[in-house]
Amino acid sequence: MTTEYLQTKGRIFDIQRYSIHDGTGIRTICFLKGCVLRCKWCCNPESQEYGIQEMTVQGKTKIIGRDVTVAEVMETVEKDRPYYDRSGGGLTLSGGESLCQPEFARDLLRAARAVGIGTAMESMGCAKWEAIEGILPYLDHYLMDIKHMDSEKHKRFTGKGNELMLENAKKIAASGQTFLSIRVPVIPTFNDTPEEIRAIARFADALPGVEEIYLLPYHRLGQDKYAGLGRVYELPDILPPETEHMERLKREVENYTKLRCHIGG
Amino acid sequence: MAKYYTQEIPKTDRIPRLVAHLYAKMPEIESARARLITESYKATEDKPIIMRRALAFAHILDNIPIIIREGELVVGSSTIAPRGCQTYPEFSYKWLEAEFETVAERKADPFYIADQTKKELLAADAYWEGKTTSDLATALMTEETKKAIEHNIFTPGNYFYNGVGHVTVQYDKVLAMGYRGIIEEIEEELDRCNPGDGDYCTKSQFLKAAILSCEAVIRYARRYAQLAEKEAAACTDSARKQELLQIAANCARVPEHGAATFHEACQSFWFVQQLLQLESSGHSISPGRFDQYMYPYYKKDLEAGKLTRESAQELIDCIWVKLNDLNKCRDAASAEGFAGYSLFQNLIVGGQDKEGLDVTNDLSFMCITASKHVFLPQPSLSIRVWNKSPHDLLLKAADLTRTGIGLPAYYNDEVIIPSLLSRGLTLEDARDYNIIGCVEPQKAGKTEGWHDAAFYNMCRPLELVFSNGWDKGEKIGIETGAVEDMATFEEFYDAYKKQMDYNISLLVNADNAIDVAHATRCPLPYLSCMVDDCIKRGKSVQEGGAVYNFTGPQGFGIANMADSLYAIKKLVFDEKKVTLAEYKRALAMNYGQGFDAVSAGEIVTEILREMGRNGMAVDEAQVAGMIAAVMSAELPAEEKKRYEELRAMIDEVPKFGNDNEEVDMFARDVAYTYTRPLLNYRNPRGGQFQAGLYPVSANVPLGAQTGATPDGRLAHTPVADGVSPSAGKDVYGPTAAANSVSKLDHGIASNGTLFNQKFHPTALSGEKGLENFVALIRSYFDQKGSHMQFNVVDRETLLDAQAHPEKYAHLVVRVAGYSALFTTLSKSLQDDIIRRTEQGF
Repeated sequence: MTTEYLQTKGRIFDIQRYSIHDGTGIRTICFLKGCVLRCKWCCNPESQEYGIQEMTVQGKTKIIGRDVTVAEVMETVEKDRPYYDRSGGGLTLSGGESLCQPEFARDLLRAARAVGIGTAMESMGCAKWEAIEGILPYLDHYLMDIKHMDSEKHKRFTGKGNELMLENAKKIAASGQTFLSIRVPVIPTFNDTPEEIRAIARFADALPGVEEIYLLPYHRLGQDKYAGLGRVYELPDILPPETEHMERLKREVENYTKLRCHIGG
Repeated sequence: MAKYYTQEIPKTDRIPRLVAHLYAKMPEIESARARLITESYKATEDKPIIMRRALAFAHILDNIPIIIREGELVVGSSTIAPRGCQTYPEFSYKWLEAEFETVAERKADPFYIADQTKKELLAADAYWEGKTTSDLATALMTEETKKAIEHNIFTPGNYFYNGVGHVTVQYDKVLAMGYRGIIEEIEEELDRCNPGDGDYCTKSQFLKAAILSCEAVIRYARRYAQLAEKEAAACTDSARKQELLQIAANCARVPEHGAATFHEACQSFWFVQQLLQLESSGHSISPGRFDQYMYPYYKKDLEAGKLTRESAQELIDCIWVKLNDLNKCRDAASAEGFAGYSLFQNLIVGGQDKEGLDVTNDLSFMCITASKHVFLPQPSLSIRVWNKSPHDLLLKAADLTRTGIGLPAYYNDEVIIPSLLSRGLTLEDARDYNIIGCVEPQKAGKTEGWHDAAFYNMCRPLELVFSNGWDKGEKIGIETGAVEDMATFEEFYDAYKKQMDYNISLLVNADNAIDVAHATRCPLPYLSCMVDDCIKRGKSVQEGGAVYNFTGPQGFGIANMADSLYAIKKLVFDEKKVTLAEYKRALAMNYGQGFDAVSAGEIVTEILREMGRNGMAVDEAQVAGMIAAVMSAELPAEEKKRYEELRAMIDEVPKFGNDNEEVDMFARDVAYTYTRPLLNYRNPRGGQFQAGLYPVSANVPLGAQTGATPDGRLAHTPVADGVSPSAGKDVYGPTAAANSVSKLDHGIASNGTLFNQKFHPTALSGEKGLENFVALIRSYFDQKGSHMQFNVVDRETLLDAQAHPEKYAHLVVRVAGYSALFTTLSKSLQDDIIRRTEQGF
């Protein structure tokens, strides 16, 4: 059996163990560096550049990003196997956008799959279909972000229109190869009206096999990192949505679709 | 039909009323017991000690004031004041007299004491001069041992000054046959004795004393029956009148006879629990497997239609309230270590029976519900977990955990049973274990485990390596050579082991001296008649009457010592970045961090307190000198800089708690320096010493007695808690920390290990949160961890962390998969988190 894929190299900026809000069970998240979008609310701004960066954290300079092999990542992933076994968890890829490093992402998922560890990926599907197609055979759960149905507004807040992502969402759903969940970051001033959420939910509802949608309330915990990177946070005045408002959006989704709707990951 | 009923049973209105009544006032110290025991002792000086104990117990039970509190269904109170306490001068009394004027004002666990009470206590105490267990224990210790205690190498304070407690008796036997049955058993044994037997004199005295004790308990219950009848006659509320008549009927029958109903079983259980406490003052008198021995009575009444689940739940809730009615006044320093008026009455549910079958039942669930209903610290609720524990039970337990009450604690059958087997228990007994106090396993009704025999500070012997056996100007350890001359890590580590071995031998001496003092001056005939094989052997548990005998002192500071020794290995010997001479000075200088007035004052106060407890006086000039000495040390800038470099280097060395194989294996070995040597020692009851690794909350006060350590920890700051990693040193989250901790050998620490984890409530929110939480426990236990308990961070904690960030440097919060150190966030972000904490997402 060939295990060449264990030597594939990629660039990550963190591995976080005991993650319980992204996918089923207790998971280890590997954060891949580099993103195609520049969402103004991004809580991991250090994930956006592919290049290795310096960030000031509590007065100290920290190097963000390191190049590793699949085998090196798997060494950490393996450590929590008892927890995956008991909880139905596993490895989750996040970013950045994992699809910016399609071979590395594929081989990480493949390596996990090969040793019986469940796989998930958080991604907005913003890549050529070939990249996604290569990954699907190794992916149990696709957690797909859909941020807005209006391409123009999408572009203003993230830097890109939404056409490619929506197209890919349909293809992923049609493939039937992975369990697809839709997640919506609820960002005041961007997409937090009932109409905007309803539009996303209707789109998701029409995707074959999609049964659930997650509304993720905006938080600003990444705000301090912008200064650390010498950047300006462009949404300084936005407050996280109130619980009542989130509940209202949830009811909206449930009234207009047959999706199960959850608040939070 | 399902094997057990899992639905939530509602709480009755009675329970909040009972709780409110119990907590209406500050608890009070009463003098009745001290007065009565002294009267009795004065009248029995010509009698054998075991008989004097029984006569005194009877005199107390016949005369102590009794009361039925408003709305109670289960009765029996040792004090008139709710949550009051009696005193126990036969163990020690001077500390209380010294604290008469401050005990009501102190921060930790204050008690009101009336002037009349003070007078009565002084009058009674006068008799006890030189007659207490602590007086005798002191006389029995070697000078070296007393020196080691004085220098805080270890603290055997618990049993030095108090009754032992720490036992689970045969509640099942009392419920089944009543004290009448036990008296018959003792009489039969007495009939078998022949005056010509070698042990006749002691055995017959013990057996007669046990009979006297049982008779006294029967008479005490009858006093309650009469009181209830009297109150019923005067009661105008017909519902309450009926309740009082039922109480009267119950107390007339139990605990004299076997319980015929669930209500009688509850009453019988309670008299046992209450009166054990009244006999000897010990804490951690643990009800054990309540869901097992109560079940037959519940099942019988439920099936006969004589009991509803709701009324059974109410009775259990009533017992939970009563467990908080018992109280104990400790000296000021101990009260800080045990803050919260805790009696550690451990009650455990679930697990397997003697034959290895899971025996979770309705009551297992109802006990968890009772803790939720009553929401008070007692009982210390525990749950036994094994591979076949029902998932429903764990979910129910997790649901209690997330309320933030800090209960239940989770225990792993898969580690504890083999561990007990290795200590000589039979398979049947090991499977039937329960927990005593905090984390200590034993077989109920057969064990005198002395489970909480001392706190042993593993950091202090390392200080003695650096000082070649000297401490605060006195030679207290052995000489292991000048540390500067040690050429290899092995040589250094070996010196540590030698200092450990020496001090462990003194620890044993201290415990054994106290053990002999209890056997000589305070054998307990009442407790002993409910522990096998006291009746057959004709001696009390204090004299070795129990089937299984242990002494379990607990070590703490594992994480600090693992990190310290590993840092020395790496920095001094492997990388040669610093010399031992330099390290030695850095530690003495507290890494150049100095001490401000407040911390200097605190340090000296801690030292003085401890000295006071050991009966040492210090004058004001000496105190001022101590504070000045602590605060002086101004260092040259260059030296200070070097220490900062050193601390930065130490910071870079991997630490225990991060799932680093090399460090974790090292920690495992360091733990053996305590757990292995102890196994070589025996106690006067013919049993073995066995180690525990758990400091309760004493890691803070005991850390205050410890200088700077080579892991970078500053002088007098807390040491690590239990087997947990040092605070803030585990940076890869709960799974990595749990993996590291699971790599210690929990089996050899057969007196228990304690692993505490802190969670932000979002980790447990929703059904998914509970499932993942249960999976976390299961996975730690799969890897052979022994015990786990959880603090759920609440809003108040976060507000406190905002106000006092220095106390919460390591507090991790998680929001929607995003985790951060709380104190590093800006105020407005912290406010977001506090808001989300309330919302639970």
